[in-house]
Amino acid sequence: MADSGGPEAAQLSSNDPKGELGDVIPEEARSLLRKMEISVAEAEKRTGKNAVNMLETYTVYLIETRRVDSSAENQNFSPDSLWRRYSEFELLRNYLLVTYPFVIVPPLPEKRAEFVWHKLSADNMDPDFVERRRIGLENFLLRVASHPILSNDKIFYDFLTEENGWKEEVMETGFQPKADSRLKALNATFRVKNPDKRFTELKHYSDELQSVTSQLLRVRARVADRLYGVYKVHGNYGRVFSEWSAIEREMGDGLQSAGHHMDAYAASIDDILEEEENYADQLKEYLFYAEALKAVCRKHELLQYELETAAQDLMSKKQQREELASGTVRTFSLKGMTSKLFGQETPEQREAKMRVLEEQIQEGEELLQEKKTECDEYVRNAWSDMERFTVQKDRDLREAMISYAVMQISMCKKGIQVWTNAKECFSKM
Amino acid sequence: MSAGTPKSLPSSGQKSIQDISHPLSAEESVLTPSPDVGNTTSSLGEKQYSFPLTTSLQAPACMAFIHSYQDLSLPNGTPAGTSSPGSSSSLLNRLQLDDDLDGETHDLFVSVDDPKKHVSTMETYITYRVTTKTSRTEFDLPEYSLRRRYQDFDWLRNKLEESQPTHLIPPLPEKFVMKGVVDRFSEEFVETRRKALDKFLKRVADHPVLSFNENFNVFLTAKDLNSYKKQGLTLLTKMGESVKYVTGGYKLRARPLEFAAMGDYLDIFTQKLGTIDRIAQRIIKEESEYLVELREYSPVYSSWAGCEGELQKPLEGVSSCVSSSSSALEELTEDMSEDFLPVLREYVLYIESMKNVLKKRDQVQAEYEAKLEAVVLRKDEKSGVPADVEKCQDRVECFNADLKADWDRWQNNKRQDFRQLLTGMADRNIQYYEKCLAAWESIIPLLQEKPDIKSETD
Repeated sequence: MADSGGPEAAQLSSNDPKGELGDVIPEEARSLLRKMEISVAEAEKRTGKNAVNMLETYTVYLIETRRVDSSAENQNFSPDSLWRRYSEFELLRNYLLVTYPFVIVPPLPEKRAEFVWHKLSADNMDPDFVERRRIGLENFLLRVASHPILSNDKIFYDFLTEENGWKEEVMETGFQPKADSRLKALNATFRVKNPDKRFTELKHYSDELQSVTSQLLRVRARVADRLYGVYKVHGNYGRVFSEWSAIEREMGDGLQSAGHHMDAYAASIDDILEEEENYADQLKEYLFYAEALKAVCRKHELLQYELETAAQDLMSKKQQREELASGTVRTFSLKGMTSKLFGQETPEQREAKMRVLEEQIQEGEELLQEKKTECDEYVRNAWSDMERFTVQKDRDLREAMISYAVMQISMCKKGIQVWTNAKECFSKM
Repeated sequence: MSAGTPKSLPSSGQKSIQDISHPLSAEESVLTPSPDVGNTTSSLGEKQYSFPLTTSLQAPACMAFIHSYQDLSLPNGTPAGTSSPGSSSSLLNRLQLDDDLDGETHDLFVSVDDPKKHVSTMETYITYRVTTKTSRTEFDLPEYSLRRRYQDFDWLRNKLEESQPTHLIPPLPEKFVMKGVVDRFSEEFVETRRKALDKFLKRVADHPVLSFNENFNVFLTAKDLNSYKKQGLTLLTKMGESVKYVTGGYKLRARPLEFAAMGDYLDIFTQKLGTIDRIAQRIIKEESEYLVELREYSPVYSSWAGCEGELQKPLEGVSSCVSSSSSALEELTEDMSEDFLPVLREYVLYIESMKNVLKKRDQVQAEYEAKLEAVVLRKDEKSGVPADVEKCQDRVECFNADLKADWDRWQNNKRQDFRQLLTGMADRNIQYYEKCLAAWESIIPLLQEKPDIKSETD
């Protein structure tokens, strides 16, 4: 996942020797990655003053980019680099979310360590956490860079290349207030009269994906915890066999060496579980992807709702015009009641009202048209990205499961090895 | 032995340190052959024994001792003079032939199996089938098959302890089980007990002295054991008689080095066994808790599969792998509980028995020392050593010899038993991992197969 050839590009070539999947990812998708290699090479601790003028320690990540000219024989350009901290990545992502609401935007690695099994540090400053975050951030950049739409964004490009002034630049786009209102809208409750069945199903799926991946991560952490305990207790055999061997003559050697194997067995779990964290990270990515997917569905709901509201408003305005024209009051309005009570309007008043209504209806029609177009376009774009996402998800998760199975196989083989060695020692007792 | 005793005793305890071999060694040691009075065989015939070639003092005393008992008839009725395996002539013959424990003549095979529940008005209990196959003349028939219950085994063991106090009697599985905690009639409990009873009987049958014990014979052959028990006959060996009436309360001056070393070894060994038992229990506990989590893990993959399209099969595959691992783990923990822990515990009991025998030996020696000291204090030099003191001395020597022989035998058995136990543990773990490996390897092709491409490659 984290090699600079791009996750999709690399996976495509390894899984797709016949190039049958080539049609799904359009040529432009690889455009940015064709031009440059991207990597998050290092992480460093910095200390500085924060917004409230207090000293804080934070981590910065080195983004390296290297121009790649595919036609040139010699590709030894020196890389450009700049440092960014996590909060800047967050800024970039929020910008992308607002600017491309129909895109299932790749998620960032988690802000705080969650689903931690007890031996693993939940400390953000822990080197293992920082390392996994570095990989996660690189993965994020590569995913954005290989996205057919996101990869062409200028702000993204500048994020990779312009150390100074990027923050101001992104703020100038005015995305921040939009981001706030977007959040509000996502959390608002409203009812859509004619929901699009596909999107309803999609939202339902995103809920299920979220629920199942978080459940899986929780249980996996507990499983890891228990497995750790099983292995480590075997280490006690090492010590007691050693002590026992001291009082034995013929049995001593066999016991002693078997004890060493028990120690090795107990120690082996650390590496095994560390490797498994990669699998957990892959699951986490899709947990967060589920959220992004849900957001796209919610946005569609919002647009649908706005469309319906616009249509409804227009309809009521038209009804009002009709009533005004025919003189019947079918819709209740305070003005209508008061005019009934206090006398009819003058023809001039009525005409003025009619004109206003006509204007409003005209605007309403335009608005409705706008909303309709917006909605249709959104549906088209979102659906296309959804299809892209599904292919990516199926491929990535399949890969993740394969690597998990491979890890399990390796663990079993190691176990067989250790116990076979121990058995040999025992048989020589 | 204390420096105060005037007479040099031809017992193993009086040797100089160089001559005393390490109690834990299996190499040949110079010892007085045990003239087990009344016992039909001694533990001679093992490679540890050889006739003393160095200390001339010892040999005549021994030989005289043996000859003086030629007139006795052995407990099972055969005159001592006949060439039974226990007589001195066959002892001499056998000395050079047998190289190791396994070289002993296997002419008695016993087994315990087929547990059955019996329900009567008074009580419910389990009986086990005890089968005997033998070519020994002490047995009327070559084969026996009858049923015995735990009570009967317990009776046998008590009788053996009474009648052969100088020997180490193998342990029985625990007598009392807490009724609320353990189900006495569950398959696991009964099977564990059966294995332990089988082991007990086999150990007795393999013992060169114990296997010829009359009580053992009765246990294996008598149709109506209860009426036999009621007769209250305790067939003690001559040695048994003498040791039985050794009063306690004598303080031992100094324990011979080799027996002290045995005691020390047993103390440390008990400790280590206790630790191993705790570790094994802890592992089983951790594995059980791991199993609980695994059982929750598998269904999550299944429910995920339910909401996916292309990923459904791979996810189901992973789910079934985790399930397979769960089953394999369950088997592992069950096996360890049933096979590993009971054997460890049995050895703790064995050690207790051995310690008791060591204590008895100490008592016998202490009595001897006290009596000897009394004689010395009387300053009665005219008649030499009185007869009863001499008897005490003989007792000490015999006990020491028996104990040494049993100790060596026990060490060997212990080595074999633990080798078997630990390799068994390793085997089970290997099997567990092999099962898991097979499961995970089998889904790799499933995970790799792609639905679209598959139709093209078919």
